[in-house]
Amino acid sequence: MAKVHILPIEYPDKSNLPELANAVANEFRWPVVVDEQPFDMQFALDERRKQYNSSQILVALHSVPIGTDDKIIAVTTYDLFIPILTFVFGEAQLDGPTAVVSIFRLRQEFYGLPLDNTLLEKRLIKETIHELGHTFGLHHCSNYTCVLNASTYVEEIDLKSQHFCDRCRQEIELKTRVPL
Amino acid sequence: MNQTVSILIVDDEESVRHSLYNWFREDGYVVGVAKDAYDALEQMEKTKWDILLLDIRMPGMDGLELQRRIRQVNTDVIIIIMTAYASVDTAVQSLKEGAYDYVVKPFNPDNLSHLIRNATEQLSLKSENTQLRNNIRQISCGDEIVGQSPQMRRIMELVQTVAPSDSTVVIRGESGTGKEMIARAIHCHSPRRYFPIVPVNCGALPETLLESELFGHEKGAFTGAQTRRKGRFEMADRGTLFLDEIGNISPKMQMELLRVLESKQFSRVGGNQTIQVDVRIICATNKNLEKAVEDGEFREDLYYRINVFTIILPPLRERKSDIPLLAQHFLRKYASSMNKSITEIAPEAMNLLVQHQWPGNIRELENAIERAMVVGKPPTLKAEDLPFQLTAQSGTDESQPITLEEIEKKHIAQILKKTNWNISRAAELLKIDRVTLYNKIKKFQLRK
Ligand SMILES: [Zn+2]
Ligand SMILES: [Zn+2]
Repeated sequence: MAKVHILPIEYPDKSNLPELANAVANEFRWPVVVDEQPFDMQFALDERRKQYNSSQILVALHSVPIGTDDKIIAVTTYDLFIPILTFVFGEAQLDGPTAVVSIFRLRQEFYGLPLDNTLLEKRLIKETIHELGHTFGLHHCSNYTCVLNASTYVEEIDLKSQHFCDRCRQEIELKTRVPL
Repeated sequence: MNQTVSILIVDDEESVRHSLYNWFREDGYVVGVAKDAYDALEQMEKTKWDILLLDIRMPGMDGLELQRRIRQVNTDVIIIIMTAYASVDTAVQSLKEGAYDYVVKPFNPDNLSHLIRNATEQLSLKSENTQLRNNIRQISCGDEIVGQSPQMRRIMELVQTVAPSDSTVVIRGESGTGKEMIARAIHCHSPRRYFPIVPVNCGALPETLLESELFGHEKGAFTGAQTRRKGRFEMADRGTLFLDEIGNISPKMQMELLRVLESKQFSRVGGNQTIQVDVRIICATNKNLEKAVEDGEFREDLYYRINVFTIILPPLRERKSDIPLLAQHFLRKYASSMNKSITEIAPEAMNLLVQHQWPGNIRELENAIERAMVVGKPPTLKAEDLPFQLTAQSGTDESQPITLEEIEKKHIAQILKKTNWNISRAAELLKIDRVTLYNKIKKFQLRK
């Protein structure tokens, strides 16, 4: 049976992973497993920018053994970028098996604000569901309450919900219905 | 979205083409890539592209030269130049020659999406692109249920009246009466509904945080501010800003707020760039603002500035006829989010819900249903699943139906007590004759 793998990489505090797995399972109605295996991300480090190239990580994630229809999303504390942009919260292969999301810029401390773990968990859940949505072939959605609304500011993540809007829900239900 | 907009990326660097390709595809654009100017010209021959992203430095023919060639035959396509810091001069030259804009690599994701959005807006204006408009209409306004009591119908009429204008609205009512829901309803019925409604709980944040929350801050504005942060005013641009608990903000913030409301512009904390915003303000409070003004706690000028249109929400206990509808609504909501097939509320449970006084109003009702859904078993929510059943049972006169006779007996006893059993006086107050009163006293076996 197809499932979603969550792979923590350089992610020391795993306390929010059970809730994350739970939320992802609820939204996609697919089984979710948290994988525990070493994955070295150093190859993706850009020395000059001190950031990690998320597109390269997506490609490298293909080496992790998963089932044919499975999806895998890496969660990390490292700051991610794509060559043309100053940063990304995450990236996914549209209609592909791999995705990655970083909490580096989801933490309130990054913006000089007091630590807030509840808020961090909410943001992580939304961004994870968002990127996984892309792996099922869904595009960004113009409904600003939909989890697939594009966020370039962390405050925009707070505005949207962790759920698909009705239109995206219909689409995801079609896409998640794979032969078991 | 954006199915009709196509973007061609022209850059000699593979990683740049790949990144942008991915980024725009997630947005639903039709995306093409070209590795140099000749490749680009070839693709321009084959297909019609709406937007061209051109790298300015390419081996062979550079971006500027390519732009000139394209402009000779095509004046419609929107050209955006990509440049490194070193070649900004050339980028400016490209603007003179008809580029739409330029971006310096690497760019901030927000700048890029803004730029593309503005460019597509221009496209849709040009070609009356109905496709995009249809997409906008699909934005839903949520399925919040407000109620059908006469009080709530009246309020929905007020919402409909005030929504299309840009006037400031103050929503008042006890906590938990659904002030934010009404704010959302106003926003959803307004022409601003295609842009966000951004809520801020002004009472929950200390002054310094509220300032950064509302206006944003610049990198280095204070210790720990490592990056620029967008404030709620900016987020709400072209939409609605919902200021909850407006009665609780400090005098300094009251002054700042008044200034922004009057000038429609502000600057981020630690910044000096003036930012213009187009925002509609909806405020809410459970405080008596008039008294706060009298006591000198709330600025009179701010009070008059926001108090243009007022909507007062009744407490739930004053509109009990809405309770069944709201209860059903929350039942469905939690049944779906908990994936639990509880589909109905037992009559005794509903009775308890309607009898309860709900000091915490709708929020308390929602919490009660949520808790009951956790302990309840499918398919019916029962009275014993409710958190307050015991208190309601001990307060007998609340939960048990009272007969008319019982009320009559109670009332007569009360009047007799009040008149110290002066039968003539009591009969007068009750507007019955003395004989009738004697008969009632006998019937109900009342004693002094
Ligand atoms: Zn996305
Ligand atoms: Zn959506």
